[in-house]
Amino acid sequence: MALALAASALVAVALLSDMLLPLVTDAWRRQRQRRRVAPELSIDPGRDRRAERTARELLRSCVNEEEWAMYCELGFIRVWGSGPPGEPEYAYLIYPHRPIIAYAVQTGRVLGEHCVVFPDQTRPFGTSRLPDSDDVLAKWMALTSDEQRLLRDANTHLPGRQMSLVALKRDIWRLSRWERERAGDRGGSDPASGAPSAPAERDI
Amino acid sequence: MHPGHGEVLVTQGDPDVAADEARLVAEFRRQLDEGLWAAVPLTVGGGRNGAKMVRSFADVPRDAERVIFFPRAAGGC
Repeated sequence: MALALAASALVAVALLSDMLLPLVTDAWRRQRQRRRVAPELSIDPGRDRRAERTARELLRSCVNEEEWAMYCELGFIRVWGSGPPGEPEYAYLIYPHRPIIAYAVQTGRVLGEHCVVFPDQTRPFGTSRLPDSDDVLAKWMALTSDEQRLLRDANTHLPGRQMSLVALKRDIWRLSRWERERAGDRGGSDPASGAPSAPAERDI
Repeated sequence: MHPGHGEVLVTQGDPDVAADEARLVAEFRRQLDEGLWAAVPLTVGGGRNGAKMVRSFADVPRDAERVIFFPRAAGGC
């Protein structure tokens, strides 16, 4: 009787082993992974801040005094378009990591959004994203040196796709007011005569 | 320009010195081979500044103080 029970138990264990062995193996592997010490990530919280400070110095050394003041006080830089003489004047607003905005200078009408990025594919610090001021400088250099080439590379969209038209009109109005104030401080002529008026509530 | 770093000095030298010029040319080519664009900041005149894209070392103005390398533009957003 005992022999028969033992034989039956052995057969049952042999049959169950096919089902139990993978479960035991998985449990053992998970246990080993839990015990493994993960490599410590060296995260430097000040890295991006230092990179941005360096980038701001580089930007400051390239743009003129007015553009630098514009960037510091308004958060964007205006670059004039190089359209043919006689055509209505247009310009671009350069924001960090946002589309380049084209607008008509006389009317303040937003003409379009040019979406362009400068990805560093080597991803030296795990990211392909330049510091804010480097992104602005890259756009500024590309626009002032070869406007048409940059526009060809960019994805162009109708106004208002990425950035709020209200916010853009407000920025254009802030720019014209800022220029008037600077001209007033210098006692010079008004550079923004004919500039757009403040955005009204109906634009919202 | 590099993510997480900002400006990085690649190399420097006097292009009028032969050894320096060879090093500058080699580094210029290496940067362009890595897919970067090169631009020289300029004072355009009338109080406006600008930049000039350069595709070879010979395009760099002799009086240029620096060449800035930055990633190529691509459509985004």
